[in-house]
Amino acid sequence: MKLSFSPEDEQFRQEIASWLQVNLTGEFEKLRFRGGPGDEHTFPEERKVWEQKLAEGGWTCVGWSKEYGGRGCSIEQQVIFFEEYARAGAPGRVGHIGEGLAGPTVIAFGTQEQKKKYLPGIVAGTELWCQGYSEPSAGSDLANVKTKARFDEEHNKWIINGQKVWTSLAHESDYCFVIARTDPDSLAHRGLGFFLIKMDQPGIEVRPIEQITGTSEFNEVFFDEAQCEADDIVGAPGEGWKVAMGLLGFERGVSTLGQQMQFQNELDEVIRVAKSNGAAQDPAIRQRIAQTHAELKIMRYNSMRILSGQSGSDGGLQKEALIYKLFWSTWHRSLGELAMDVLGPECEILEDAPYGLSRLQSMYLFVRADTIYGGTNQIQRNIIAERGLGMPKEPKGAVK
Amino acid sequence: MEFAFTEEQEMIRDTAASFLAEVSDSAAVRRAMGTEQGYEPELWGRICSEMYWQAIHIPEAYGGMGLGYVELVAMMEQMGRSLLCSPFFSTVCLAGNTLRVAGSEAQQAHWLAQLCEGTLTATLAFNGGSSRWDAESITATWRHEGDGYMLDGDYRYVIDGHTADLLIVAARAEGTTDDEGISLFLLPAATSGVSRQWLATMDQARKQAAVQLNGVSLTADALMGEPGQGWTSLSKIIDLATIALAAEQVGGCQQLLDMTVAYTSERVQFNRTIASYQAVKHKAADMMLQTEVARSAIYYAACVAQEALEGGPLAGELREAASVAKSYCSDAYFAVAGDALQLFGGVGFTWEYDVHLYFKRAKSSEHLLGNGVFHRERLARMLLDKGEES
Repeated sequence: MKLSFSPEDEQFRQEIASWLQVNLTGEFEKLRFRGGPGDEHTFPEERKVWEQKLAEGGWTCVGWSKEYGGRGCSIEQQVIFFEEYARAGAPGRVGHIGEGLAGPTVIAFGTQEQKKKYLPGIVAGTELWCQGYSEPSAGSDLANVKTKARFDEEHNKWIINGQKVWTSLAHESDYCFVIARTDPDSLAHRGLGFFLIKMDQPGIEVRPIEQITGTSEFNEVFFDEAQCEADDIVGAPGEGWKVAMGLLGFERGVSTLGQQMQFQNELDEVIRVAKSNGAAQDPAIRQRIAQTHAELKIMRYNSMRILSGQSGSDGGLQKEALIYKLFWSTWHRSLGELAMDVLGPECEILEDAPYGLSRLQSMYLFVRADTIYGGTNQIQRNIIAERGLGMPKEPKGAVK
Repeated sequence: MEFAFTEEQEMIRDTAASFLAEVSDSAAVRRAMGTEQGYEPELWGRICSEMYWQAIHIPEAYGGMGLGYVELVAMMEQMGRSLLCSPFFSTVCLAGNTLRVAGSEAQQAHWLAQLCEGTLTATLAFNGGSSRWDAESITATWRHEGDGYMLDGDYRYVIDGHTADLLIVAARAEGTTDDEGISLFLLPAATSGVSRQWLATMDQARKQAAVQLNGVSLTADALMGEPGQGWTSLSKIIDLATIALAAEQVGGCQQLLDMTVAYTSERVQFNRTIASYQAVKHKAADMMLQTEVARSAIYYAACVAQEALEGGPLAGELREAASVAKSYCSDAYFAVAGDALQLFGGVGFTWEYDVHLYFKRAKSSEHLLGNGVFHRERLARMLLDKGEES
């Protein structure tokens, strides 16, 4: 057990840090600390250009193998990359769904043709992706998908009908990966397919959802006889759930370390405010800041345990990975509350009319999504109890 | 970076777990905790002669095993699981660390050798009766007398203080405050002027004592380090011991979680095991979250402690790591113990079931070496007050 990085890895840290120092300047200067979760709606065009700038430097898909155009970085180097990226305040990645989810899925489950067709655009930062999972009636019960895919023999295409919801970046994306029912008589996780669908077509309509923040980064996506090429199903019809679940595994990757560096930036801002307005002298606030700091520190080492693969030899998720979503989402929600309490009555005052939120105000509101999306805290507790502790599964309901 | 146990470390942990399951079951704990001594000499003798745990992180030059703090922490975690009644924490984590950090070559050679042989138990006394486990808590005093020293004063909460062969005591020069004037002294318990009383405690599985020094006269070689310059070392020693104690707390969390899952999976009400109720599952999930987060905290702190002892880039993080670990683990242990007691229902309230032993240990270890509030305030000072000075 060792926490230090090797001299080679520290050399790598220098490399990415100085690249960012040189390149995150000029037209990109204004992107610093922007575009993260809760702030996805800002500077989309500039961030697309930034994505390509990163690609020119070879800094997209750093964890992918070189065979697929990645940088082939070790786990340690990926940790360093995401840390330095967030430390520099580099902007939220418009390409993160392609790099973190769509690409790895295609690499793991896709055909050679699909790899050739889709991976280069992700690596180059020129083709953006969004995720079509949730539906109005498929929230926590994700397998309750109603969107249908039927195969049109005559035109040799899949035809998609239905609605997805909570699709972030849908209006900026070139492609969407969608789970849809290929067998209309099937139930739950059986009879699903996993599709790669081009967004720019007449059968797709994107409608932004106005959120609690007054801004929109989530969307509804409507499919009305939308088309998908016959070759653009990943895995066989009926195997969509398996592919989708494999993808959920990728979501717990090293990028969590970068997310934590963003949390650190937010906490630093809270501390800066507390020092400047005197809240740092309040004993109760001091306790809460210290606790928030301690838990963020531990969060980092919890991630390192996950990455080092301490347990999970039975093939299941390691215990420290099972608790991770519940831990960070709850922590982040508390940070939002702490930020407002540090600001005091000033927390109410907006930067601009009619509803121009400051970074901390926006964070405070947006973190309420964290304990809901990607498995609510209640679903997380079910998963922990059932998979982590072997307690009985929830009975299935019988409502028709 | 490799933040996982090596195969050897896993073996040490597993060996400890199976040995303790055999020798430190509920009956053994209850036998030992009912005595004033608080441990069974036969079992401590077996640990020292067969397992050699007392020597785990003592350098080989002094007869130790020369392993690191990660191994020590893994061991403490297992001892916390089984509530082992032994003078291990006092002898190894308090006194052993003190000798390693503050002892001269000669002092280490003399005392660590006996410690490793298993012929010496020892402890550290510094707190005069405060909830603040820092320099302020030291009220005993020392002064020069001839070539030697004269010590006076009181100590409370001294772990195994009534049974230890060797007391290492901290005292301050008369008239000094805060971290000035503090010295550490090696004080064989039989020295004239030392009196010791066992203090009966709610958590009977760990014994505490009060120690009084009345005109205790010591020769020059009893002093550790330079006179009055002891706080830097003592602060480091307390942090090291705090990390070991936090590891014990994690072991307690894990044991409570396992006991609770097993019990609720057997207990049937309304024709269902109570483990099938979501209200029970969700509480158990929270217990597991706290246990795993606490474990991540102590593994990190163990790596830092290792570098603090042997050198390394993380050595400077010791104080922070100790406070991060102890604040989280203390609160986690008490919360997990409270939840366990609740989920056991009526039987958890009985003397017969073991839940109360852990519930009591959770509270005693929370307040030993500083509770969550104390350690969070230490962190707050690092985070919020440093900038103002510059």
